[in-house]
Amino acid sequence: MRSFSLIDFVSLFTALRWTVALVVLARAFGAPLALGLALGRISRFAGLRWAMAACIQVIQSVPLLGLLFFFYFGMPVFLGIQVPAIIAVTVAYTLYTAAFLGEIWRGGLEAVKQAQWEAGACLGLSAWQQFRHIIAPQALRLSLPPTVGFLVQLIKGTSLASILGFVELARAGQVVSAATFQPLLTYALVAAIYFALCLPLTLWSRSLEARLDGSR
Amino acid sequence: MNFLPLWRYQNQLIDGAIVTLELTVISAVCGLLIGIAGAVALKGRITQLRWLVRFYIELFRNTPSLIQIFIVFFVLPTFGLKLPAFEAACVALSLYFGAYSVEIIRAGLDSIPRSQVEAGACLGLSGWQVFRHIILPPALRNAYPAVTSQFVLLLLGTSLASQVAADELFHVAGFIESRTYRSFEVYAVICAVYFAMAMSFKALFAIIGAVAFRWPRRR
Repeated sequence: MRSFSLIDFVSLFTALRWTVALVVLARAFGAPLALGLALGRISRFAGLRWAMAACIQVIQSVPLLGLLFFFYFGMPVFLGIQVPAIIAVTVAYTLYTAAFLGEIWRGGLEAVKQAQWEAGACLGLSAWQQFRHIIAPQALRLSLPPTVGFLVQLIKGTSLASILGFVELARAGQVVSAATFQPLLTYALVAAIYFALCLPLTLWSRSLEARLDGSR
Repeated sequence: MNFLPLWRYQNQLIDGAIVTLELTVISAVCGLLIGIAGAVALKGRITQLRWLVRFYIELFRNTPSLIQIFIVFFVLPTFGLKLPAFEAACVALSLYFGAYSVEIIRAGLDSIPRSQVEAGACLGLSGWQVFRHIILPPALRNAYPAVTSQFVLLLLGTSLASQVAADELFHVAGFIESRTYRSFEVYAVICAVYFAMAMSFKALFAIIGAVAFRWPRRR
């Protein structure tokens, strides 16, 4: 047993890079997938709409912890080879991000009136051009607040990677707490760091929402 | 892949699912009570109380549920409050759910235009009658979808209670895994059970919503 010292403080902050890395990976891979899901959900083809809705429904109806374990133990079963844990975890967070962002963005796309697509078509724009220049900018503005809000969920969600042994912030907290027997100080500090990461995003999301309200 | 060894653990799975449901329902009920109290406080006149509720909401919505469970389970004992795992998870999840409920209920109440309250007063209704007949029904209808989806998220979130060894479904998964060494199969089954529970609740809530909020919508 030792007392809580500067080293413990530093180890918590260095563990933060894994928290950030997981968020960045999930966003980087999840965002394109989410866009695909959102476009599939508003597609003309009923089959595609149903398939995408089913994917989203399944992922949203399973605990994030379940997704993590499923892919952590499942990747070797699916692929027949051992994969590094980071890949399995990235796959789980990517799907989680894609499902939630996909629904958020679908909501944004659907909130833009159908007449806007038609107006684009009347101007002779191709379907992609209509989406790129007319629909997407408006939908983006509408869905930005919940998108930022979801980022907070994702940051909090990365704490679950600690259960698979990733030494990110939550895990570092457990390690330091076990070494120093100072759960109060350690967990308060861990919570404070998460809070400091998430609160600005929450406030930003809220101010975006307020601005959106005023412009309508 | 071999799911057969799991067959004899079905009783444990059922017990785990029951504990998960208990945890979910208890936390949801306590959380909603916190939500109602918090929304009333936010609407109230006492400034300090409003600030306190705001601080509570931001604190619990901007920190991970896992850390909150750890704090209740590992830190409260240093203040002499030692809770068993299930109770600790209940407290932490109730507070977490409560923080979201306050905002949902407040938004539901705020969704009723002031003019409707004034119209009610003009018709000679008492304060309680205005609340009961004019504010409450549409406020409930507006808050209902958010509450139910938050409930399903709570159901999925109870899996975190396994980390302080409450005997809920995810903890049972760890137990079966340690007995059978069939990690993937166990977690595939567990995910399927959560999926079935979540979908059942979604269907149930959709039916209740369709029956309870049948009266015509505006426009």
